Amino acid sequence: MIALLIAAPLLGAAVLLCGGRRLDKAGHWIGTALAFVSFGLGAVLFAGLLGRGAEDRTLVQHLYSWVPVEGFQADVAFRLDQLSITFVLLITGVGSLIHVYSIGYMEHDERRRRFFGYLNLFLAAMLILVLADNYLLLYLGWEGVGLASYLLIGFWQHKPSAATAAKKAFLVNRVGDMGLSIAVMLMFTTFGTFAFTPVLDSVGAATSGAAAPVGEGTLTAIALMLLLAACGKSAQVPLQSWLGDAMEGPTPVSALIHAATMVTAGVYLIVRSGAIFDAAPDAQLVVTVVGAVTLIFGAIVGCAKDDIKKALAGSTMSQIGYMVLAAGLGPIGYAVAIMHLVTHGFFKAGLFLGAGSVMHGMNDEVDMRKYGGLRKYMPVTFVTFGLGYLAIIGFPGLSGFFSKDLIIEAAFAKGGVQGWILGTVTLVGAGITAYYMTRVMLMTFFGEERWRNLPAASPDAPDVEPAAGHGGVPHPHESPKVMTVPMIVLAFGSVFAGAFFGIGERFVHWLEPVTSFEHGHPPVSALTVTAATVTVMAIGVGLAWLHYGRRPVPVVAPRGSLLTRAARRDLYQDDFNHVVLVRGGEHLTRSLVYVDHTLVDGVVNGTAAGVGGLSSRMRRLQNGFARSYAVSMFGGTAVLVAATLLMRAV
Amino acid sequence: MSASAVHGLWTDLAAPAAEPIARIQAPTIEYAQLSPVLIVIGAAVLGILVEAFVPRRGRYHAQLFVSGVALAAGFAAVVALAVSGYATTGAGVAAEGAVAVDGPALFLQGVILLVGLVALFTFAERRLDPATHGNPVDSFAAQAASVPGSDSEKAAVKAGFTTTEVFPLLLFAVGGMMVFPAANDLLTLFIALEVFSLPLYLLCALARRKRLLSQEAAVKYFLLGAFASAFTLFGIALLYGYAGSVNYGRIAQVVEGTVQEVSPALAGTMGNDVLLLIGAALVTMGLLFKVGAVPFHMWTPDVYQGAPTPVTGFMASATKVAAFGALLRLLYVVLPGLRWDWRPVMWAVAAVTMVIGAIVAITQTDIKRLLAYSSIAHAGFILAGVIATRPEGISSVLFYLAAYSFVTVGAFAVVTLVRDAGGEATHLSKWAGLGRRSPLVAAVFAVFLLAFAGIPLTSGFAGKFAVFKAAAEGGAAPLVVVGVLSSAVAAFFYIRVIVLMFFSEPKPEGPTVAVPSPLTTTAIAVGAAVTVVLGVAPQYFLDLANSAGVFVR
Repeated sequence: MIALLIAAPLLGAAVLLCGGRRLDKAGHWIGTALAFVSFGLGAVLFAGLLGRGAEDRTLVQHLYSWVPVEGFQADVAFRLDQLSITFVLLITGVGSLIHVYSIGYMEHDERRRRFFGYLNLFLAAMLILVLADNYLLLYLGWEGVGLASYLLIGFWQHKPSAATAAKKAFLVNRVGDMGLSIAVMLMFTTFGTFAFTPVLDSVGAATSGAAAPVGEGTLTAIALMLLLAACGKSAQVPLQSWLGDAMEGPTPVSALIHAATMVTAGVYLIVRSGAIFDAAPDAQLVVTVVGAVTLIFGAIVGCAKDDIKKALAGSTMSQIGYMVLAAGLGPIGYAVAIMHLVTHGFFKAGLFLGAGSVMHGMNDEVDMRKYGGLRKYMPVTFVTFGLGYLAIIGFPGLSGFFSKDLIIEAAFAKGGVQGWILGTVTLVGAGITAYYMTRVMLMTFFGEERWRNLPAASPDAPDVEPAAGHGGVPHPHESPKVMTVPMIVLAFGSVFAGAFFGIGERFVHWLEPVTSFEHGHPPVSALTVTAATVTVMAIGVGLAWLHYGRRPVPVVAPRGSLLTRAARRDLYQDDFNHVVLVRGGEHLTRSLVYVDHTLVDGVVNGTAAGVGGLSSRMRRLQNGFARSYAVSMFGGTAVLVAATLLMRAV
Repeated sequence: MSASAVHGLWTDLAAPAAEPIARIQAPTIEYAQLSPVLIVIGAAVLGILVEAFVPRRGRYHAQLFVSGVALAAGFAAVVALAVSGYATTGAGVAAEGAVAVDGPALFLQGVILLVGLVALFTFAERRLDPATHGNPVDSFAAQAASVPGSDSEKAAVKAGFTTTEVFPLLLFAVGGMMVFPAANDLLTLFIALEVFSLPLYLLCALARRKRLLSQEAAVKYFLLGAFASAFTLFGIALLYGYAGSVNYGRIAQVVEGTVQEVSPALAGTMGNDVLLLIGAALVTMGLLFKVGAVPFHMWTPDVYQGAPTPVTGFMASATKVAAFGALLRLLYVVLPGLRWDWRPVMWAVAAVTMVIGAIVAITQTDIKRLLAYSSIAHAGFILAGVIATRPEGISSVLFYLAAYSFVTVGAFAVVTLVRDAGGEATHLSKWAGLGRRSPLVAAVFAVFLLAFAGIPLTSGFAGKFAVFKAAAEGGAAPLVVVGVLSSAVAAFFYIRVIVLMFFSEPKPEGPTVAVPSPLTTTAIAVGAAVTVVLGVAPQYFLDLANSAGVFVR
């Protein structure tokens, strides 16, 4: 049953990618149908879990022995528990909706069948990732989603920017993957197994003193390597640089992979390995720091981008920063992190689909400075996007309000100076979130209709890419039903999911058997925190209105302050990477090539020349005269006899 | 002196003879156990009769039939003996201790017979050269006795003479080679040596084209071979003087000191270690000459180049099998008690052989000479296994010999195909771009070269690995290092030929690849098939060699 869940999209990928052109007409329907099959199976399994007792909800399906070697056992086994079923429902649910949306969005693309094949491949890999019962199988899924992400970012490979972005995403992810593989190796040497239960149990037993102690240093190393992996996949500082460029992929991909599901795999990894992090407080601190830095970093970047998708990408980084921070808080944060992950999955997917819908109506224009006043032309998009917007800024009553508020509370509850710092950071982050999201909202749907009389594209404006070859004045229009319906469904999720999960702590209790849960005790009352959050949010919205609502938005971006310019360049992340890593790497390569040319080649060629010279010299001994040969034999025999006798004498 | 006194001398002398004459015991001959050799030698004699009595037109087919049947029947007899346990539990000596019937002997006899059969196909090939005067011709001279370029030669060619004597000569050589590794006393060893050497000297001289080169090769081979035989015979005499016997087991006992009684005639010399050491060195030298080890290798390139290519292929593979078999038996059965004396010397010989074979091959420009040096280097590799002085050493050498002989016979068969107006085009420059013109032939040759180089998935790799493993376990690690380095050097010239064939521009007036008859095709196919099978799935054959790896004493 669990295996079927994965098999459905895997089958879809195989059929669509191997099927050839004769499937062009039906390919998207096959892909979508199989995504829904997977979702249906997930729902059935979920119902089955609900029917069991809270402590009895872990099912393991052992499929077959993958690598049966003495002392190295790896099984293909799947584990279904509260944590993984949550992900399954999110992945297949949002995934199915995005499949439907893509039918409309990719309608005019010749390679739509291939696109759906990749999407199905992604679903299968992501399900393997969250359902795996051991770290090795998880690694398989981890690489699988990386591959799918690479293929989909570069789907429009005719665009050099897309091809480059795909390569960049792949390379940066490799750094993280290396972390995961090292972590898995360390785990194997330390515990002799990869399976979740023995590894995590022995960590728990070791820390409680029940079993042979595993050095905290080892655990910290494992935890930090896992964090490195999470940073790569979830675009956390310092491996965040790929996510913005990944927006080169088709918008449904951005919604599914780079907003709702794959980028949250890092959070899943940390929560799943909670026991290891609990036993390594130093690593946990690093996790919270990474989360806090990324949350501010992404928010600042999001404030400056004029490209609607890149602004949302910054927001994604920032929101995942929230989740990572929460996951770093330990048992008080795990369930909360996952809850924010799920609500974020709804509203961020909805926002991206809305952005896609806007682009669809605006000739694939992505520059928000060339939007404006679109609410009249795209009412459904406006309303669904607006609901997503309210949810993300944490408007009271909507999803984001509940989940983000819980994270802020948990951050304060960390206690001590750390608690105050983390709490403040999350609060400030909430304010910035409100600011940049309001900015997006205002620039897109309100204000004057700047797209009516555009100046010729000015080359000096940063981040403005030429409109994708359509030209002329766009004619904004609402998208077809096949695209709007998924947006409406997601909007429902954005509105109600938070309340459904949050009221009565239903969600955290659901996850408690897996992730364990403790109530935090914030130094100030929960109500104060909530009030502060709402206040900060209101300030953010107000500031944004002052900047973008009251004043007209220039079509060409002004030069801006130092911070704005820095943020437009993603806070110089690429420049940093270029100077430190690329240049350094180039220098290293060049010197190695030099050594190779002079020293290694010199030795090799020298040896060859030496042997060749020796050869032609020895060849002269072979002079063709039988008498010389006989002398050689005679001499040889003499030496042979003499040597034999000498051996005895010695 | 009076007549009666003279008579008295006679009668006095004859007095003891007045007693009843002791009957001479007829030796017991185990005909069944010797049947493989008897079949082949018998067929060779039959071949001579065929030469004498069968009309000229029918001789070729009659000879081919007799030889083919004899070799196949001989192989069947070997298999039958092996199956009935003579290779393992039933191993023993036959013909009054002159011939051993045991695992290594039967294994090597089987290999020699199969290689002989494959070589027979290349001997019998008659389609490569264009027919002269309407008569199909093979690789051998029309009339060996005619002076090259003389009128009598032209007349012989015109009359359509062919030297069908090559078939019985081949059978005699095969018969001698079969006895050589099985010989269990020094005299049998020497007889076998001569029995297979003399036909080879003759065969070398019989090339149809480049006859002067061929005859020069034969003379050189004969002179140096005779020289080496003299050393061997002298060594045998010294060993007899030391042990009072030519029997292997008896000598070994004397070496080990388990024999006390001394035959009165030899009381002065018996047990004298100087005789033993010199004798052993001289006999070993004779065998090293046959395998082509440095410094007794000088004949190899000249003879390989001059001999008709089918003969070269046969000689390079089968001689090596027989000679290494004899060397193994000598060192493992006769001289194990002496191994601390011979091992260091053999170490040096093996190392020098590998290095010189590999290095000198680099600058060769003739494909046959190149393969000759390659065979020298391979002799070094095999010696490394011989020196291991452990059971794995025997079985690895047996496996290596089987693998190597098929690669060699196949490679030389390919050489016969590449021809231009002057016969075989053996200069390397003419092989440039062969892969473009005849991809299949070039690809098969590339497989043989890769096997020579010891690339995995060919028999060469499995063999080399087995030999080096045995040597390393036998404590000869430095030798293995030398061996691996020489292999690296050797890989260079093998790969260079592949590069030449596939990545060079073909020359406009380059050679053509002749379309052979099924005979040569079969030979090449068998060589390639054995090369690949032994490379991909060597385990069965390694096990076979392993179970055959015990000498009877």
